[in-house]
Amino acid sequence: MNRKLLVATSKGLVVWDRKGQKEWVVRDVHFQGFPVSVIYADTRHQVWWAGVSHRHWGQKLHRSFDEGKTWDEMPVPAYPDKAEWRPGKAAVLKKVWTISSAGPDKPEGLWVGTEPGGLFYSNDYGQSYTLVESLWNMPGRMDPTQWFGAGRDLPFIHSVVVDPADSDHVYIAVSCAGIFETTDGGATWAAKNKGLIAAYLPDPHAEQGHDPHLLLACTSHPNVLWQQNHCGVFRTENGGQHWSDVSDPRGYVHYGFALAVDESDPLSAWVIPAMSDDQRVPPNLALRVCRTRDGGKTWQSLTSGLPGECCFDIVFRHALARQGSCMAFGSTTGNLFFSDNDGDSWTCLSHVLGRVETVTFA
Amino acid sequence: MQTVHFTSALKRFFPDIEPQHVEGQTVAEVLDRLETQYPGLKSYLVTENGALRKHINIFVDGDLISDRDTLTDQLGQSQDILIFQALSGG
Repeated sequence: MNRKLLVATSKGLVVWDRKGQKEWVVRDVHFQGFPVSVIYADTRHQVWWAGVSHRHWGQKLHRSFDEGKTWDEMPVPAYPDKAEWRPGKAAVLKKVWTISSAGPDKPEGLWVGTEPGGLFYSNDYGQSYTLVESLWNMPGRMDPTQWFGAGRDLPFIHSVVVDPADSDHVYIAVSCAGIFETTDGGATWAAKNKGLIAAYLPDPHAEQGHDPHLLLACTSHPNVLWQQNHCGVFRTENGGQHWSDVSDPRGYVHYGFALAVDESDPLSAWVIPAMSDDQRVPPNLALRVCRTRDGGKTWQSLTSGLPGECCFDIVFRHALARQGSCMAFGSTTGNLFFSDNDGDSWTCLSHVLGRVETVTFA
Repeated sequence: MQTVHFTSALKRFFPDIEPQHVEGQTVAEVLDRLETQYPGLKSYLVTENGALRKHINIFVDGDLISDRDTLTDQLGQSQDILIFQALSGG
């Protein structure tokens, strides 16, 4: 049974302890007053990583080996001298968007996805980082019609998916550019965007320029990947060779940010819809989680315990967590919900948090 | 010898930080000296390419420095340097 719930908010990291089947109590608040944008619980070492995106002081990373009792400030990835995100525009670290294990066979390995579009690798567990030049130098990366910001001024890498059977096989997702795959540990990369739609481009089927909001894989079926995209929900059964649109145009499932998948069932996934990119509110101002059990052919709305009217909650891409049959999500308006039955019903744990950026079980 | 004063907000990260007397011909040199006194301090003030962070201001005898990119403003004798965070966000 999961024991802790880590909630990164615009005003600090809040840690809940589980006291029973449904009861959770706040144990600690870390980095009080600071925007904690990333929290990652590395199960290889029982280590927590926190990314704090200070408005004044820049991006920082902190690491804890004792579940938050003590934190060490760690180096952050640094773009090399002369690195440019556009010709004549120096690339400097704006934000860390994701931290990921490089796999069990690389215990000191970490992938870090950043803005403005750089992927970094650490082989010494965060003491130092190297920019993955092969991706940085890809054709198209400098092209403002292929790599560009979405909701931010600059492109950012927010998802890293490592194949559990082969740690040299990695997918990343870039907003905006799309999905990229390496099968050689990052030496070479290939775009994997066939079947996706970029409705905001002159050519909606361009090789690059797509806006995946979050990318996840089914652990036991790593060729099955899902993405909540700006232009729908997409699923692939062949490792990204081709994506299928599994949105529900007559229902609610199309636009949104958050996504969860089942570790063993490749047909099950959850999303939290938002109404169109020009409003970014819940459909009908009612909060709902939508679940599919058949690979996206049909979607079921799960609303029990969720606010049903005058609700303005949006759930960011990293703010929906799933472990076993337990799920939790936090919203832009500071609500936090928990379910122990795959989302059939929800309990509000808090409605007074800061804007929730990331939720994870530990 | 320059005298450097810090915003109190930095005490959250560097609890022992106090006004310092340091030698330096330029603002960049002063920050290098301060880094030896308070390891990690520079990363709070400048980006990895050495430019002053967007929401940090440095004043020399009451005037904002002019070179935020490479911090080459020349310093005279016995000047007061103030390192503040900008008032951003209200």
